Amino acid sequence: MSVSINVTVNGRGYQEEVEPRLLLADFLRDVLGLTGTHVGCDTSGCGACTIIVDGKAVKSCTLLAVQADGADLTTIEGLASNGALHPLQEGFHEEHGLQCGFCTPGMIMAAWQLLERNPNPSDAEIRHALEGNFCRCTGYENIVKSVRAAAGSAA
Amino acid sequence: MIDTKTATYKVLGTRPVRHDGVDKVTGRANYGADFHLPGMLHGKVLRSPHAHARIRSIDTSAAAALDGVFAVVTGDDFPSDTPSEVSANVVMCRGHVRYQGQPVAAVAASTPTIADQALELIEVDYEVLPHVTDVWESAQGKVIIDPELRTDGDESAPPSNISNTNVFDAGDVEAGFAAADVIIEHEYDSATIHQGYIEPHACVARWGEDGNVLLWVSSQGHFAIRDLTAGQLGIAPSRIKTIPAEIGGGFGGKTTVFLEPVAILMAAKTGRPVKMVMTREEVFISSGPAPGSHIRLKMGATKDGRITAVDADLWYESGSYPGPLMGLGMMCLTAPYEIENYHIKGYNVLINKPFMRPYRAPLAPNAAHATETIIDEICEQIGMDKIDFRLKNAAKEGTKAAYGPVYPRIGMVETLQAAKAHPHYSAPLGPNQGRGVASGFWMNIGGDATANISVLPDGRVSLITGRPDIGGSRAAQAMVLAEELGISVDEINPSIGDTDTVGMNGISEGSSTAYASSMAIHEAAMKLKDELRDRAAQVWEADKEQVTWKDGAAHLNGGSNGSGEPLSLRDLAGSSSQTGGPLGAEAAINARFAAPAFGTHICDVEVDQETGKVDVVRYTVCQDAGRALHKSYVEGQYQGGAAQGIGWALNEGYYYNEQGVMENAGFLDYRMPVALDLPMIDTVVVEVPNPKHPYGVRGVGENAIVAPLATVANAVANATGVRLCQVPMSPDRVLEGILTHKAANGS
Repeated sequence: MSVSINVTVNGRGYQEEVEPRLLLADFLRDVLGLTGTHVGCDTSGCGACTIIVDGKAVKSCTLLAVQADGADLTTIEGLASNGALHPLQEGFHEEHGLQCGFCTPGMIMAAWQLLERNPNPSDAEIRHALEGNFCRCTGYENIVKSVRAAAGSAA
Repeated sequence: MIDTKTATYKVLGTRPVRHDGVDKVTGRANYGADFHLPGMLHGKVLRSPHAHARIRSIDTSAAAALDGVFAVVTGDDFPSDTPSEVSANVVMCRGHVRYQGQPVAAVAASTPTIADQALELIEVDYEVLPHVTDVWESAQGKVIIDPELRTDGDESAPPSNISNTNVFDAGDVEAGFAAADVIIEHEYDSATIHQGYIEPHACVARWGEDGNVLLWVSSQGHFAIRDLTAGQLGIAPSRIKTIPAEIGGGFGGKTTVFLEPVAILMAAKTGRPVKMVMTREEVFISSGPAPGSHIRLKMGATKDGRITAVDADLWYESGSYPGPLMGLGMMCLTAPYEIENYHIKGYNVLINKPFMRPYRAPLAPNAAHATETIIDEICEQIGMDKIDFRLKNAAKEGTKAAYGPVYPRIGMVETLQAAKAHPHYSAPLGPNQGRGVASGFWMNIGGDATANISVLPDGRVSLITGRPDIGGSRAAQAMVLAEELGISVDEINPSIGDTDTVGMNGISEGSSTAYASSMAIHEAAMKLKDELRDRAAQVWEADKEQVTWKDGAAHLNGGSNGSGEPLSLRDLAGSSSQTGGPLGAEAAINARFAAPAFGTHICDVEVDQETGKVDVVRYTVCQDAGRALHKSYVEGQYQGGAAQGIGWALNEGYYYNEQGVMENAGFLDYRMPVALDLPMIDTVVVEVPNPKHPYGVRGVGENAIVAPLATVANAVANATGVRLCQVPMSPDRVLEGILTHKAANGS
């Protein structure tokens, strides 16, 4: 059995037939081919699959694709506009906010929500906002710096 | 060899942005699970629910009959004659299950869902056997895992779980203790832990009727993956073109094969590409975590601060099969110090857990935990500054290490001096806070490296190497070439070649990548510069000796041809067909003379006296890099290693239930540090150049995880008066220690 869903992803509308138990993360990766959304654990532990659903940062492995019917989604692939990186992408790039880069898309999407809510966060606020996202490589210092840089440049 | 002490560099030591950065911040970079081929099947593995069992029979008929299932395989489908029985059984069990999670069958199906359904239809009849998941109990041998195993191959001995032992001996230990004013002895325990890379293991395999295989894989070394996979399948390595995906962390855990031989076997059986991706639970229970340990350490010292003797036994888990790692722990136990009298014995212990693999400076943190906390206690007893004590005993050039070599120029003393001079060491502490300091050693390795350079038509330069880039090594490698050619790092295209595109390269392990690759690039760049001068001389019809290479161009130095305009890489590429053909150079080397690295860490903790929760409030890493090629990436290695060490010290560990089943096989229960758990980790990049490397590089990746266990433990002791000899120092253990301490002191 499959279910028809309509979603907007990175500004483009899609109508797709999906299995009812298909995870949103797998829908993005396997159906739409948006493999920038990474899966590190499938139990909402790591945050690598974080995307924006109707303006909120959500771990896309905790949602079924059918639950996103009618929703407006932004993934890491949709963050840059007109060929220019988003300030957060710039920040992570310039401030060496990644080593292996696997957690990076999720980190950026979680940070995106923080900056939406709080354009000028303190370091403590940045660390708090990213507490749902694991990075095993960096020790987080350069990630905090990257978000700080993005906040500064957006201001 | 360049005089690395006085060399000045334009590019090395700076902080350029990485070449692969845009792909990684836009989601375009392809990791192991991101490949999709037409007609691709999805492979899944059935894993043993039992920690120890014999397989009486496996019935796969119902699974094979399910619509959408293309192949079902068990151990019987693999060649019985393989180079490694251990690897064979880790890939697919051949009858004797030794850990929960061991693969017993696999399925390839048209969708992951059908593959999962098929796994449920496989009937395995197990004879469940007694198991052991505690290293000390296993060493006692009440439950025997392999009835054939005899310690050190001694056929006259009874069966044992201790596969092998080793001893480092020197001086007169008894006399050493007799000369000591203070002697302390403890037993230390460390839990089994996981490397915790965020990307689960993943690969895609494609097989052809000509016997040639394409394998896309996320690993720390695709040449090694190729060779190990070929061995397990009984095919020639040259038949498996192995293509490196971007790798989402490894830390030693992605140096071997789990899924790859299974995927290829099922691709061969079905004629379709097969993709396999582990779940996080599978990563925990059936990849290669890092050994837990039980260590007894006795150390003596004089009241003026000289270590007089060390006597130690180290029991390390090797996991389900005899492994190669135990000696590394023995090496690291006393390596930062000059000690005359020691007896160090290591025991490699089988246990019903996955086969243990390296994790960043493998086994060293466990050993340093014991040594560096006992030193802390000795300092307290004799009333000596903890860094002064270490300075007094520090290994230097000429010190003979317990594991054999006499040290070349090393930087142990310099890291101690850097720590002592750091404001952190003398900063005031708040209430319920304590400070710890500890040092760590790691040997570093080198190995095979090939670098291939081509000048492109527009004057940019392609650089192909073959060790997977885990933390920015492509950028560091491009910096080396940019330095030599006198061009910008942005004018270089660095890439990691597949096994058919570039010559042999070792694994990105042992802090070897920047070290070995930069040696190969250096050599290739020297060849290329020589060639470029030759080509320019041809253009100018001058002698090569009249041509110098500087700032990315050939310059003619006077002579009868005058001093023409400099010829750039683009100019020379444009005329290359007339001067001898495409411009390029290659070097294939074995990088020897890797030099040990030392580090000294300082940590402040604040301990909640009512809950036992420990917060790290300040942390500083002082580590000798030899030479930092890319400053930010070196600092990043220090910070990342320290963060992992802090997680190990305070939270991480495998918990097994009475059935030998891991209870916390997920990120919610196996708690690694998040940003909120850590303070800013300050770094001091000490540079004592390695005299045998063209740029002085030592290797930086691993050392930073060695000291944190002891550093944090010493800080907790300083804050609470409680000496815990166990990691993780979880809140329950810390609280129990505080309550016991209070009861003993009548408060």
